Amino acid sequence: MTPRPGPWWLRWLPADSRASVQRRALVVWGVAAVIALVQHGLRPAEHELLPSLVYSYAISTSIWFLSDPMRIVLRRWLRLEPPHYWRFSPATIAHQVLAILLGYALGTAVGDAFTGRSTWALLMLSPDRFWGFLVWSLAVSSGFLFYFYHREKAHALERLATETRLKLLESQLEPHMLFNTLANLRALIATDPPRAIDMLDRLNAYLRATLAASRADAQAHTLAREFERLDDYLALMAVRMGPRLRYRLALPPELAAHPLPPLLLQALVENAIRHGLEPAVAGGEIEVSASQQGGALQLTVRDSGVGLDGPPQAGFGLTQVRERLHTAFGEAAQLHWHSAAGQGSQATLTLPLQTP
Amino acid sequence: MNATALIAEDEPLLAAALQAELARAWPGLQVLATVGDGDSALAQAVALKPDLLFLDIRMPGLSGLEVAEELADAWPAGDPLPVLVFATAYDQYAVKAFEAQALDYLLKPVQADRLALTVQRAQAALAQRRAGADDSTLQRLRALLAATPAPAQERLRVIQASVGQTVRLVPVDEVLVLQAADKYVRVLTAQDELLVRTPLKELLARLDPDAFWPIHRGTVLRATAIERVERTEAGRLVARLRQRPEAWPVSRLHEARFRAM
Repeated sequence: MTPRPGPWWLRWLPADSRASVQRRALVVWGVAAVIALVQHGLRPAEHELLPSLVYSYAISTSIWFLSDPMRIVLRRWLRLEPPHYWRFSPATIAHQVLAILLGYALGTAVGDAFTGRSTWALLMLSPDRFWGFLVWSLAVSSGFLFYFYHREKAHALERLATETRLKLLESQLEPHMLFNTLANLRALIATDPPRAIDMLDRLNAYLRATLAASRADAQAHTLAREFERLDDYLALMAVRMGPRLRYRLALPPELAAHPLPPLLLQALVENAIRHGLEPAVAGGEIEVSASQQGGALQLTVRDSGVGLDGPPQAGFGLTQVRERLHTAFGEAAQLHWHSAAGQGSQATLTLPLQTP
Repeated sequence: MNATALIAEDEPLLAAALQAELARAWPGLQVLATVGDGDSALAQAVALKPDLLFLDIRMPGLSGLEVAEELADAWPAGDPLPVLVFATAYDQYAVKAFEAQALDYLLKPVQADRLALTVQRAQAALAQRRAGADDSTLQRLRALLAATPAPAQERLRVIQASVGQTVRLVPVDEVLVLQAADKYVRVLTAQDELLVRTPLKELLARLDPDAFWPIHRGTVLRATAIERVERTEAGRLVARLRQRPEAWPVSRLHEARFRAM
């Protein structure tokens, strides 16, 4: 998706940030008008309409400018990575406090220049009113900032979740896998209809599980279900690969009801097929097992495929599995991957054991 | 004389299905063998000399394209190459390239009417060949491999190779030869040899195509380092470099590069 160029007056900002900066500016200006009108409405004698509007717009625009577009300009110093510009850290908080104080001073100066009055003189004459103004401005700015922080955070989380789901779907519905499976199915329909029906049922279950896992409201998933899906997938692959694929699934009955994020093992098994067995002329064996190791659940996917010396290459899908583990369990889960050329690979997942 | 064919397809059911469909679409065609991996495809093609070769693109061992490339090399000069038909479930990219070079391909699952078209084309090509017309498979293959466009990437300036605990840096300007060897790529300079793990294809995409010439499936030479090419008694072309003693075989697909001006 190419970002739209966004509003012309923000062309000096990175393209992906322009639209949201403008959106926030419009919110700020809308509220600035309301503030001025309310002030004027409550005490018409003290707050004439035009000066109130000028003060309100000057102060809010200055604070907005220093805290929003400037945060993007200063993203390197603030250690902000696009598109997550709204994030709490000592640096961003310091920048924010400075932006509010400086923005307040700047906006007040502009207002003073327009009205010919001196707000600073007011500090001497009527300290209560001065401090009232200041606190009022600070409160409104802080309100805005909290609102923006939270909204951007929610957006970022939503984006991340959508991205993860799409990635999962993309890796599951790999066109090669689908079309080759359909080609095999077509061949079986002519030669062995009962096997064709079995294959179709498994494909059906595989697709249903994939789509269900890619939805946000994925149901409670258990090891038993995960192993069923693995059985479907491996049976499909066994039809395709013939004698080149042998597999074994070992799930102890006491672990059957243990919860698991959907298709976590599936990704590792697909890896083993794609990078381990498919390139091996003689094929090989896949073994998936679950076991209880002290207070931890250990899941192992082992293949006797071509293997690889050194670290896994990009595209192995391990990063994605790690990300999903991290989202679900934080630091409590681990993935170890070991491989040697000519000897196959082994992936071991260690998860916290959850007792019902 | 009946035409002969070899089928290279790693999924047994698909191989059987293709054979069955072929028996219907071309009853006279004799399928000499069915093989399930790229290396056997190459060996059997050279041994059995089929008129027609069905090549799955994704196979264990050599890929279908690599088999074609090696085959062009291993094939006796003077004999026409088999008519090639590639098969794929979903390589849009490859399919476009085949179309551009008028090389035939089948999309899996293979459908009867599409296969009939392939049969018709193959029969026409074989008839032309018997009539002594020019063999064009080699040219098409050459064009196909030359057309495989590398996406524009940042040029490599330095090659980094780990040697034990250290990483050695070699300026690309000093590199004379890159040669694929098993899981590594040998990087040769005038005096030195290093191994890197990045596949040759990936390295090549980051080198200046005018400076580095592929001369074989697994060999790339610095053009300015080549002193001469000569024909061996067996009729093969080999390249020799100024600064290194080895003879580098040039594949038939890349011979065209070395015509005299």
